Amino acid sequence: MSEISRADVEHLATLAHIAMTDAELEKMASELAVIVDSVKRVQEAAGEDVPATSHPLPLTNVFREDIVGHVFTAEESLASAPDAEDSRFKVPAILSEDHDAGPSSVPHEGGER
Amino acid sequence: MTHTTDALVRLTAAEMAAKLRAGDITSVELTQAHLDRIAAVDDTINAFLHVAADEALETAAAVDTTRAAGGAAAESLHPLAGVPIAIKDLIVTKGQPTTAGSKMLQGWMSPYDATVVEKVRAARMPILGKTNLDEFAMGSSTEHSAYGPTRNPWDITRIPGGSGGGSAAAVAAFEAPLALGTDTGGSIRQPGAVTGTVGTKPTYGGVSRYGAIAMASSLDQIGPVARTVEDAALLHEVIAGHDKKDSTSLPETEYPEGEVPAFSAAASTKTAKGLRIGVIKQLQGEGYQSGVLARFHEALDQLQGAGAEIVEVDCPSFDYALGAYYLIMPSEASSNLARYDGVRYGTRVLPEEGPLTIERVMGSTRAAGFGEEVKRRIILGTYALSAGYYDAYYGSAQKIRTLIQQDFAAAFEQADVLISPTSPTVAFPLGEKLDDPLAMYLNDVATIPANLAGIPGISVPGGLSDGLPVGIQFLAPAKQDARVYHAAGALEQLLNDTYDAPLWAQIPALEEVAR
Amino acid sequence: MNTTTQAAMDAVEPLSFDEALEAFEPVMGFEVHVELNTATKMFSSAPNAFGDEPNTNVNEVDLGMPGTLPAVNGKAVESAIKLGLALNCSIAEHCRFARKQYFYPDTPKNWQTSQYDEPIAFDGHLDVELDDGEIFRVDIERAHMEEDAGKLTHAGTSGRIQGADYSLVDYNRAGVPLIEIVTKPITGAGKRAPEIARAYVSAIRDIVKGLDISDARMERGNVRCDANVSLMRRGAEVFGTRSETKNVNSMRAVEHAVTYEIRRHAGILSAGGSIVQETRHWKEDTRTTSSGRPKSDADDYRYFPEPDLVPIVTTTEWVEALRAELPEPPAQRRRRLREAWGYSEAEFRDVIAAGLLDEIEETVGQGASPAVARKWWMGEISRLANARGVDPAALGVEPVTIVELNRLIEGGTVNDKIARQVLEHHVDGEGAPADIVRNRGLEVVSDDGALTAAVEKAMAENPDVVEKVKGGKLKAIGALIGPVMKETRGQADAGKVKEIVLQTLGMDS
Repeated sequence: MSEISRADVEHLATLAHIAMTDAELEKMASELAVIVDSVKRVQEAAGEDVPATSHPLPLTNVFREDIVGHVFTAEESLASAPDAEDSRFKVPAILSEDHDAGPSSVPHEGGER
Repeated sequence: MTHTTDALVRLTAAEMAAKLRAGDITSVELTQAHLDRIAAVDDTINAFLHVAADEALETAAAVDTTRAAGGAAAESLHPLAGVPIAIKDLIVTKGQPTTAGSKMLQGWMSPYDATVVEKVRAARMPILGKTNLDEFAMGSSTEHSAYGPTRNPWDITRIPGGSGGGSAAAVAAFEAPLALGTDTGGSIRQPGAVTGTVGTKPTYGGVSRYGAIAMASSLDQIGPVARTVEDAALLHEVIAGHDKKDSTSLPETEYPEGEVPAFSAAASTKTAKGLRIGVIKQLQGEGYQSGVLARFHEALDQLQGAGAEIVEVDCPSFDYALGAYYLIMPSEASSNLARYDGVRYGTRVLPEEGPLTIERVMGSTRAAGFGEEVKRRIILGTYALSAGYYDAYYGSAQKIRTLIQQDFAAAFEQADVLISPTSPTVAFPLGEKLDDPLAMYLNDVATIPANLAGIPGISVPGGLSDGLPVGIQFLAPAKQDARVYHAAGALEQLLNDTYDAPLWAQIPALEEVAR
Repeated sequence: MNTTTQAAMDAVEPLSFDEALEAFEPVMGFEVHVELNTATKMFSSAPNAFGDEPNTNVNEVDLGMPGTLPAVNGKAVESAIKLGLALNCSIAEHCRFARKQYFYPDTPKNWQTSQYDEPIAFDGHLDVELDDGEIFRVDIERAHMEEDAGKLTHAGTSGRIQGADYSLVDYNRAGVPLIEIVTKPITGAGKRAPEIARAYVSAIRDIVKGLDISDARMERGNVRCDANVSLMRRGAEVFGTRSETKNVNSMRAVEHAVTYEIRRHAGILSAGGSIVQETRHWKEDTRTTSSGRPKSDADDYRYFPEPDLVPIVTTTEWVEALRAELPEPPAQRRRRLREAWGYSEAEFRDVIAAGLLDEIEETVGQGASPAVARKWWMGEISRLANARGVDPAALGVEPVTIVELNRLIEGGTVNDKIARQVLEHHVDGEGAPADIVRNRGLEVVSDDGALTAAVEKAMAENPDVVEKVKGGKLKAIGALIGPVMKETRGQADAGKVKEIVLQTLGMDS
């Protein structure tokens, strides 16, 4: 059996932003272990010398011309927003003080710059 | 001339198109006949999540007007103009809701049309509505839809396949002559097999993915669903072609002919003579039902009898295909589905208790908005991509992909097309595999290799086993989609000759079932 | 627990800069993000524009709508290659985009499309010129393409993220093309570390401006800098733990932030503490940094190759064609101009500091001598601009105007003083210099009649001066020039005045 613990699943659920109950974590851990057991065989055949294929067809250099296309009005942008205010999407308070992961130097604070 | 609803909806799309052109019927009559059929049977089948009667009739009336006026405008109508179509609810449509079979997108209206929808509209085909599917196309039975399962028209206690069970069932139940599906690991072909219909997964890049809600970007492909090979080919011609909005779509110059090939011409060849057909050693035998294998071997005999050359090909890495697929697909899906967070569109669910922070709102939204199978795949994909596991899982799976491509390349040295059963089993009873994810995944064992390699595949009816359809799959090299139509058209003709009628003529009359 | 330690560390008094440098050697690293000035975004055809109504420079792609796909802006790729070449980088023959995955409301897809292990440019260097002309080489690790995030505004009393009740998101900036330039660790900077930091960011700004790939306005966030600082004890061989100060968005701030972090680290290390690897926030008002977020295990970005995009393959022909389009590197251009113009180092440095290199170059190009061009731009134009509180370049003085003014002086039409007045009238919109001189009657009074009368008057009023001149003290003539100027409203030529005085006294030789 693969070694996937409840704590592992809890960590994965945190990364994936899915709230899970204890019961769900337990169930997911056991299901995941079975699935991972069956799929990890791929390692047997994946030798050092085998190149990886991330794309089915070998296309390269597909570029778009730098020409402005259509845009939405603010109303269109916000048409299906769960919550909005002042032409912007409204979200509850952000807990994490800053996100290092962001485009790492994007100003997250202070509004206009 | 009057037509009964029943007679009209049982025509093939090509026949409908011919009658429209000849002025025998109007598109409004034809469209209304399908809307009537939907009204009559869809409470039972549940193929449609949304029916767009007004829009469909409006399009139909406009086509009729153009045709009646005659002249250049009538002459330039697309051959399929006025022939109605159903669209899998994974493909976005302006003016009609798109849910992806998920609570997450309940009530969401796309502000744009998918490229294939633009093409369908340009061909002026009335869009009947949106068809049911496993949530975000994750499943092989359509039981994972948040809006209830679709039932198989051959036996309403059984699954119609998945994820595109809605499109396949709609076509099998004569609710639509044509439909669009998407195929990531078999979601067009396997439902085609178990509902006795025809479904094609085009070459990766052959049809624009723009507007198909992504499950696994490097595997997803939109394709046609129909009752005949020719109809599938005609619809394929409508939707194929390069799209600047999809960077992975094939430039027309990539095709050997320098343009999108005439698939319908290939479908009309209807002869197996001289065709070299490779039987994939790994895709038969263990795990395949005997009834399925019996029809498969009959098909081989028929093809050989008609002058095809049958050879056996060895694709040893196919043993790892399912494993590679169930690493790549969830990895990409876990990423593609990250956008559903209750910030910009769709459902937002607040946590029942505790502080109201965006992190917790995202967590509760995704907990409530996604079904179990979706969560399972997201967690699996998150695991496969996470630090320390990437090389072992995602990286290894990508290598298997290379090996599978190599196996196919070698096989196509020996054969023009490859053949296998589409699905190891006929339609199984609803609920049978719901609690066993791994058993469910095994349904895709024969269809997955084509997705991993990006090559075209088709499922065509191969007869019945215990009264349930068996599908035969043909595969061809990338960009040689015409070959699968050629081979499938030949087999279809052979079986029609054998049974003296298309297989779908035997589909039970559902009005009686409904009663 | 971590927090307690952190608080304790924050309480340690920073060492003075000199003390810090006595005990430690600073190591720096920079991540500079450059926003490109393409017409459209990195992966969508929505406009890349600043300052519009929220959520109006977006389409379905920028909002991460279901079913959307990215399409790479070819011009952005060429900009990245040009920047890579300007930074003396190798250009990757094959590279890809990757998804960097994390959830944050300003990130529409909850991943950022970036480049991971295959950047488009790598292994370069930039020679940075310091204030005294010394060159310091900064090694460049990589330059890669990515997309910007949207903009969050925090609603609440502070306007900051802490204590905000809710936040508002504008995705106009989401998807704007960025190039991130990452340096290798910079060692050996010593006490010049802060100066090098400023000069490095300044050099990057000059380069992207020169390439015309970015508006390069730091105050608008077109160029943004994260500064990593760590200290090694003198003689040590292993780098210390680093802090990463985010969003230091002016060149002065970069210099101050590096100075402060060196002092802060030194204070903690000298007190026996240890540095926490964390992000820091720059506070302009106090010129200090404050603790941000420690690096954590949760930072698992699950990078994988972006499956919706295909690889970029660069051919030699393509790269060389782009190289041919490169302008002269700013540092090289400065060296060339200084030599050509014969300015002293101090003079040239002042020109650079005043930001008038382009103007002077153009003025010289119009035919003025380098000395004349410098005299005007660094002198009267700068003085006028300063008095009016604007940049010299913003006064609207065309290089050709300087040439015309100088021609009027050399032709004897006006003297220096009048020319300065003409310039001011020109700035006030009175037209071309020659017209101003004519309209205002400012020609130098050189007809002998009027001038002789004025000189004679001055001589009559100043007999003592006349005596001195007669006695051979020719310098005394200067005392007569003032009254003559007064009489002629400044329009007299001083040389001519002297000539007439001597003539009148019969002293001309």
